[in-house]
Amino acid sequence: MKRYSAFAIAREALRNHTGWERAWRSPAPKRHYDVIIVGAGGHGLATAYYLGKNFGITNVAILEKGWLGGGNTGRNTTIIRSNYLQDPSAAIYEKARSLYETLSQDLNYNLMFSPRGVIMLAQTQHEVRGYQRTAHANALQGVATEFITPRRVKELVPIINLSGPRYPVLGGLWQERGGTARHDAVAWGYARACSDMGMDIIQKCEVTGVRTEGGKITGVETGKGPIDCQKLGVVVAGHSGVLADMAGFRLPIESVALQALVSEPIKPCMDVVVMANTVHGYMSQSDKGEMVIGGGTDGSNNYTQRGSFHHIEETVRALIETFPMVSRLKMLRQWGGIVDITGDRSPILSKTPVEGMFINCGWGTGGFKAIPGSGWGMAELMAKGHSPLTQAFGLERFREGRFIDESVAAGVAH
Amino acid sequence: MLTLQCPYCGVAADETELSAGGEAHLKRFGPGSSEEEFHDYLFTRENPRGVHFERWRHSHGCGKWFHAARDTQTLEVFGTYKAQTTEPPKDIRDAITAKRPGWTWRDVA
Ligand SMILES: Cc1cc2nc3c(=O)[nH]c(=O)nc-3n(C[C@H](O)[C@H](O)[C@H](O)COP(=O)(O)OP(=O)(O)OC[C@H]3O[C@@H](n4cnc5c(N)ncnc54)[C@H](O)[C@@H]3O)c2cc1C
Ligand SMILES: [Zn+2]
Repeated sequence: MKRYSAFAIAREALRNHTGWERAWRSPAPKRHYDVIIVGAGGHGLATAYYLGKNFGITNVAILEKGWLGGGNTGRNTTIIRSNYLQDPSAAIYEKARSLYETLSQDLNYNLMFSPRGVIMLAQTQHEVRGYQRTAHANALQGVATEFITPRRVKELVPIINLSGPRYPVLGGLWQERGGTARHDAVAWGYARACSDMGMDIIQKCEVTGVRTEGGKITGVETGKGPIDCQKLGVVVAGHSGVLADMAGFRLPIESVALQALVSEPIKPCMDVVVMANTVHGYMSQSDKGEMVIGGGTDGSNNYTQRGSFHHIEETVRALIETFPMVSRLKMLRQWGGIVDITGDRSPILSKTPVEGMFINCGWGTGGFKAIPGSGWGMAELMAKGHSPLTQAFGLERFREGRFIDESVAAGVAH
Repeated sequence: MLTLQCPYCGVAADETELSAGGEAHLKRFGPGSSEEEFHDYLFTRENPRGVHFERWRHSHGCGKWFHAARDTQTLEVFGTYKAQTTEPPKDIRDAITAKRPGWTWRDVA
């Protein structure tokens, strides 16, 4: 793999950009791999990457039914933060956030990680108490956050209206090293590094069946024929239930649509990320100048990547009270992704009833921020059979009543 | 935009009038049931890509709970029916079979 550098750009400029090579190979599948990962989203690719980097396991295929990064990884609003309430969440999200700090250098791929700061607005007394509690929990967890006053919020976000009639801004939970990154680049950067380690990324290859023998995994059926493996990692977000069904078990997961939208590009007006969880809206400004807006999920099961229009309307209506300038913006595009929601709003990184088959799912509305930490932990779980990062996120937690309840702390869990 | 006909008041209700209530026909397991049954009742869901039975409430209308049969892959609605039943009625099942021969959902079909 040729490294990207300022020198490479200069060199290519002099020879009409004829020397760039493809970022990843597109090989035909082999008959057998040590490990197959289903799903080339951020979490699947990161899992493969850390299997190779941390454990030297490189006879790996990543099978993707569409194109890599075409699922939720390429559809999200890219908020990165780690200010969760529960200790296991703080551990895995903070691991991810800290990996993001140097990931562009590690992957030699510009992820445009921008730790511009994230504010979660407190707009009810309940939220004030909730976020003060989270700030204390974060202090104990070693995650740098603070509860800030309305005045400080206004300094950070001049376009905000603090005294909305229904939802005045009473304070905020501020994480200075939270921010955003380029979502596609995260998938592309990991994919390039995986391919460079000799792993096969096979796109347009849908897994249609899971093969087992005596309760042990032996391989998968795909649109490109059967492929054998010793270990299988299923990392397919909204389609997790479909894959579990192929292997003969069910999951505590519902798949629903979550939507986002962007405005026309405007001059820089807001250089932090603002989340307003009570009214289900959040907003940041992209490098191109578009206001990137997200809201809440639909209530009913859905696999179509299209959501209800009235949820978009609700989100925008709520944001207009807090950001009056939004009422003057034209919206350019709107889209949806199918997110995988668990009962306690926390992910599942786990062994399954099938020996040798592992699952990483349930990231729901908020897994982009977790990609590096999730891949790190999932790789360890698959290579060694256990990982301190993933331990609390096993499927058995539902049976045992050990929920990792993030639903109260973060009404919208992005 | 999703529209469901309320089987009680007859209104073709727009989604903004309705609240989604999750998977239908869950059998309640309580004291005396096995751990497995209780776990599945509380947490495990069908979540199919395809034919699905759901509970809905006409919350900004007559206020009644009812059932709907939908396809989660196409968003097609096969029909709605009243809440006082533990499984989908025959006419709904027939309507689904006409459009999705060979469909399955739990042990209903
Ligand atoms: C609108 C929206 C906004 C969001 N905003 C944020 C945010 O601001 N911050 C944040 O942290 N998170 C956010 N999220 C959540 C985040 O996008 C997801 O949690 C994360 O991207 C999930 O990554 P993944 O790799 O698990 O799944 P995906 O990226 O969805 O990848 C799964 C892949 O599996 C493939 N697949 C499925 N079935 C099969 C099969 N049978 N065979 C082969 N391949 C298969 C799919 O094609 C897909 O590419 C948002 C999500 C949405 C939809
Ligand atoms: Zn009604």
